[in-house]
Amino acid sequence: MSDKEWPLYEVFIRSKSGLSHRHAGSIHAADDQMALDAARDTYTRRQEGVSIWVVRSSEIVASDPADTAAFFEPAEDKIYRHPTFYEMPEGVENL
Amino acid sequence: MNKDQALLAYVARLGDNALILGQRMVEVVAAYPELEEELANANFALDYIGQARMFYTYAGELEGKGRGEDDFAFLREENEFQNYLLIEQPNGHFGDSITKLVLFDAFYLLLLEALTNCSDQRVAEIAARAEKEIRYHLRHNTQWLVRLGDGTEESHARVRASVDNLWQYTGELFVADAIDQIFADAFAGPDLDAIHAAWRSQLKSIFDAANLAMPADDWMASGGKQGRHTEHLGYLIAEMQYLQRAYPGASW
Repeated sequence: MSDKEWPLYEVFIRSKSGLSHRHAGSIHAADDQMALDAARDTYTRRQEGVSIWVVRSSEIVASDPADTAAFFEPAEDKIYRHPTFYEMPEGVENL
Repeated sequence: MNKDQALLAYVARLGDNALILGQRMVEVVAAYPELEEELANANFALDYIGQARMFYTYAGELEGKGRGEDDFAFLREENEFQNYLLIEQPNGHFGDSITKLVLFDAFYLLLLEALTNCSDQRVAEIAARAEKEIRYHLRHNTQWLVRLGDGTEESHARVRASVDNLWQYTGELFVADAIDQIFADAFAGPDLDAIHAAWRSQLKSIFDAANLAMPADDWMASGGKQGRHTEHLGYLIAEMQYLQRAYPGASW
């Protein structure tokens, strides 16, 4: 019996066509194919999705919490970057 | 035996196979080596039990004596179950379970595909629904058999022993008896010889990928379809039926 843990994968599910994949959670798997199966068995049991992405957690490049101030705070007072000064066309969904 | 009796017997057998295999798989719920596989196994077990419910409900309607799915599942004796010997075999270790499921799922998928074309509409509908579930089971379990067979020296040796042990129970899958024959003739049912050939060639490619040799067709056990079972089924039935036998009609 091996005491090695299988690599961690992050799971992204698209709930229906036209929407984007969203992070659903993570699973352990020994290889990519197993990861896809495990994601299907774990996260789409209740019709949550029509498409699955899995990616090794170690392949994700994430921002460092220590950089929060430099990364995100400068955007706080840039109100002119929000498209709130335009009228929304009627009948546009998922925007 | 007339064709109505054959249809009833055939449908009840389909229910028996689905129920007994589902119950077998339920035994290892909460005892699987990995959380993800645990969920997969439980999903698969419930797929089988769901199929059993549909087949039994239909069998009860065909019989016309007011029996429902629970009567078929919980109030029949061991020798009234006509499931294959293969699927009543104990779970054993993980490789045993996977091997058994690949041997059976490959056959069952071919059978269901054939049943979607039979002339009994209800059976064809249930088969069409079950086929999608089993297609995934087979894909999932095949991947595992390949991983184990083509894995380490130990996993290969263990899964090869599983194949050698279980092979003797595959013979009766393809031997048509009177019920199969009448169902085939009267309802455009499956041709077991054709399914046998397709199963062999499919298994050959799976076994090649898993670095496993196809065993020779030696002596084969049989009798499950006629209600003559190995010693393992009685224990399974006893556990499955305990509650209904001890508290008849219990519900919650």
